[in-house]
Amino acid sequence: MDLLLTILIDGAIYASWLFIVALGLTLIFGVLKILNIAHGSFYAIGAYAAASIVGLFTAQQYAPAFSLVALLLAAVAVAVVVGPLLERLLLRRFYGRDEVLLVLVTYALFLILEDVSKLIWGVNPYYVTEPYGLFGDVSLGSLFYVGYDLAIVAVALICGIGVWFGLNRTVLGKIVLAVIHNDEIAASMGINISRVYLGAFTFGVFLAALGGAFTAPMISVQPGISVGVIIVSFAVVIIGGLGSIGGAAIGALIVGLARSTAVHIWPAAELFSIYLVMAAVLIFRPEGLFQRVVARRI
Amino acid sequence: MTKGKYRHAIAAGAVLAAGLMAATAAQAQQTFKVGIVTFLSGQAAESFGVPAWNGGKVLIEELNKGAAPAPYNKVGFGGIKIEPVVIDENGGATKQVQELRNLYQRDNVDFVIGYVGSGDCLAVAPAAEELKRLLILYDCGTPRIFEEAKYEYVFRTAATGTMDNVALARYLKNSNVKIDKFSLINQDYAWGHDSRSDFIGALSSIYPDAKMEADLLPAFGAGQYGTEVSALMRTGSTVVHSSLWGGDLQAFILQSAPRGLFKKATVVFSAADHAIPPLGDKMPEGAIIGARGAYGLMAPKSPLNDWFQKIYQDAYKVYPVQAPYRMVQSILGVKSAIEKAMEKNGGKKPTNEEIAAALTNHAWDSPGGRIRMANGNGHQAIQDIAIGKTKWNAATKAMELVDIQRFPAECVNPPPNMKGQEWLKAGMPGAKCN
Amino acid sequence: MTRTLQTTLLYAAALAVLLLVGLMLPQWLLFLLTMAASHGVVGLGLIVMMRGGVVSFGQGLVFAIGGYVAGLAATRYGITDAVVLVLLGCFASALAGAIAGPLLARYRSIFFAMLTLALSMVLYGILVKSSGVGGSDGFNVPRPSMLGLTINETNADYAFFALSSVIATLLTLLVTIYCRSSRGLLSMAIRDNELRVEYLGTSVRSAMAVNFVIAAALGGAGGALTVISLGHIDPNFSYWTTSGEFVFMAILAGHASAPAVFLASLLLELVRSFSNKYFPDTWQLALGLFLLLIILFLPKGVGSLWAKPERLPRRAAEKAQAAAARQRDATEAAE
Repeated sequence: MDLLLTILIDGAIYASWLFIVALGLTLIFGVLKILNIAHGSFYAIGAYAAASIVGLFTAQQYAPAFSLVALLLAAVAVAVVVGPLLERLLLRRFYGRDEVLLVLVTYALFLILEDVSKLIWGVNPYYVTEPYGLFGDVSLGSLFYVGYDLAIVAVALICGIGVWFGLNRTVLGKIVLAVIHNDEIAASMGINISRVYLGAFTFGVFLAALGGAFTAPMISVQPGISVGVIIVSFAVVIIGGLGSIGGAAIGALIVGLARSTAVHIWPAAELFSIYLVMAAVLIFRPEGLFQRVVARRI
Repeated sequence: MTKGKYRHAIAAGAVLAAGLMAATAAQAQQTFKVGIVTFLSGQAAESFGVPAWNGGKVLIEELNKGAAPAPYNKVGFGGIKIEPVVIDENGGATKQVQELRNLYQRDNVDFVIGYVGSGDCLAVAPAAEELKRLLILYDCGTPRIFEEAKYEYVFRTAATGTMDNVALARYLKNSNVKIDKFSLINQDYAWGHDSRSDFIGALSSIYPDAKMEADLLPAFGAGQYGTEVSALMRTGSTVVHSSLWGGDLQAFILQSAPRGLFKKATVVFSAADHAIPPLGDKMPEGAIIGARGAYGLMAPKSPLNDWFQKIYQDAYKVYPVQAPYRMVQSILGVKSAIEKAMEKNGGKKPTNEEIAAALTNHAWDSPGGRIRMANGNGHQAIQDIAIGKTKWNAATKAMELVDIQRFPAECVNPPPNMKGQEWLKAGMPGAKCN
Repeated sequence: MTRTLQTTLLYAAALAVLLLVGLMLPQWLLFLLTMAASHGVVGLGLIVMMRGGVVSFGQGLVFAIGGYVAGLAATRYGITDAVVLVLLGCFASALAGAIAGPLLARYRSIFFAMLTLALSMVLYGILVKSSGVGGSDGFNVPRPSMLGLTINETNADYAFFALSSVIATLLTLLVTIYCRSSRGLLSMAIRDNELRVEYLGTSVRSAMAVNFVIAAALGGAGGALTVISLGHIDPNFSYWTTSGEFVFMAILAGHASAPAVFLASLLLELVRSFSNKYFPDTWQLALGLFLLLIILFLPKGVGSLWAKPERLPRRAAEKAQAAAARQRDATEAAE
């Protein structure tokens, strides 16, 4: 019983972290039809920006609680600077081109951003430990957790519910959904697609950077943190179905639980558990669990 | 179609011409052109690649000025200046083989010092041997290189990973740590696998009754260790072993310390000294730490070490940890071998074969102590190692290593005629510990 | 037939020139060309698939299978002939392709790309865990012999260069002939309009599966060639970045001309190598910029510089529809 509880909590924490990142990935794919390899770089840049801004706040001797604001601020700053810049200057030149070509464009972007962030922040590690102690410790059964870990679950819930509400219960959301379903018809109905693209991409970058910023307190921010994120968040959206928000949530939960089950019961399979789940889902539902079947256009 | 073919040919010709020009432009004068390959980007840049080259850079500057203390006070290598060519090791073993060949054949380097990744070392060694060019591996830890093959032109100036884990086990015994149950957490790739089995092997002959509990293998670069920490906390293990390094190590420490892992168990890290300067007071007290040698805070006192610490600290405002030490011991080893060869051949710039002969079974002093090429037919170094325990010094506001124990090379390295794993299985026969 | 003969002679002449030029090249360039040719063969497979309108983002899968089979055959079973090793790698990957191909043939565009990527990552995971084949460090492969001749240090670079040139030329010739055949042209029709081809009574899925198997065989041959000349293999052969480089190579080449893939491969190797030499700290930046510029300014690939792809679709579609009609007649006759 105790073991089951531990597996569930650990799985949920890991799933929350994954979900925040994968949500942005799936949103960008849904609207722009870009499978964004550079998403991992946005995550890393978010973590670096968090390090810089929290450092700035600490130097100003703000109360530690402000460091949470700093994390959010970092994600917003990255989204506002990086999102429009890349969408307007680069990605828009490729709309309508082959989806695989777009994957390559983001791969090139990933390579470039890897070195650019090294040029900006160097190779020495940054730590953002100030926010990590803010929520104290929480005792659950025989184990106790750092409150911050559980706060990540709350952040993920807020992101998920917020995006769901925004898409399904607001006019703007309906417009975005219309573009996701069929951008040509949406355009002919008078929707400014270009602006929707810009907005969706920027919001996707925000989510990646948010994931990075909120992870920064738990890790050492240094070169190479982008790579590991890419493949697991890809696994999540592939399992859930590309472009599906519910799918990203379920995918993250499945991957999170599979991983924590493996660690607790069969640790040798940890590396493999994610790929195993991915392969199993793909064999039975290659379009992912939540992908709608798209009518073929003649 | 035909017009296109011409264009094709012209393009190919231009590419070839560019290549040839680059090749001829690179003809060396009378210097020692040394290829340096280390991680300048990716996960290993922060902890190993960049600090290692930082150490190499200041050392080469001093050597070229002839400003190093005796016996290293000759300019460059035997009076000939050193000209380094640096290449990034990031990008996989295939790329490394190609770039190594380019270093030798296109850039005409005299020899190459490099490689942190075990996979890279394994891949490049036969390539250098085939070209009959000198290759000095400075960092990687896999015992497979000289256990699986024989080389004439390949040397490794650092000990294998076996030493690190044997020393940890001996340290635990010497410090009277009781071990009923232990757990492990190592990355799921060759370095983690090797360290894991070396530690288990060493522990089972020193503590035959110790039982293994959690045996965790997180993915390389996982970054998130919450689940692993839960799994470790659930066990009753009093000792937790780990060979994590770099960003993974720091993330693991940041996530496990607040949850009380370091209070519940004695955590032993085989290669964690490089995390102490960046983490500072975030490094938990009471962790037992190795540095894959007697390096950094655990380096033995000597004028050479004081000098190296000073030039490094002056240049980078931080004390050197294991990676720069290993780079420096490699360069000094080659320097002393070259000078030995030049004494023999009357002061000419020595050939590959002359340097290789001088380096075989060679011994020299480095800031981390004496290095001897005793294993692998005189191609594999053994060296002394030190292990220490973290303790916060409130007066100087610095994390220090206390209760340092030193183990002589023959105590923790397999004898020349045995493979590491065989030696551990046999209960480490012939180990000389005093 | 005359056209095939003409092409064959042209390729033979090109090969002869290449082999002669090779005698004068410095060793590092020979090795770089060997790698470019070996990787180009994998890219050639992608071109075959791209003509049908799909791109695999997991060619690392067959590249690794070919490489591991050749490597294991050499180290475990003492097979020392390079040509046999390449054939073994080629067949093993073709077999894997024949198993996966029919399953994958239903999928298009990004789903196909992601599925193949997932498969290659599954193999990567298996290989990292397999300590019997060296785990993540891989293993070294001794230098093979070639058609009964021993290869030593002095002639190794040229021997491998010659081997990879001959095999690459041969395979390119075969692919060119296949692409011109009615079966091969069917791919272009599928790319143009799948439904139209289906209505004409031809199975799109079987055509796609065949393309997949061909691409797998080429990937396996490329993997085996790489391992033989490199002397080392590790799980990175199956990692997604490796597959990504093959896709880039194919996009850089464009599907208009099969030989263009080798030029693309060479260009990629040169850019990577020289940016590594001149910008050791920012070579990824240089490589990424190069990729972006190529995609921006040569959207149809370097092959479009001399072949005229825009004329192809109509003619190809006509011929392919005729082929489809013939096949339908044949199946009806069989029934």
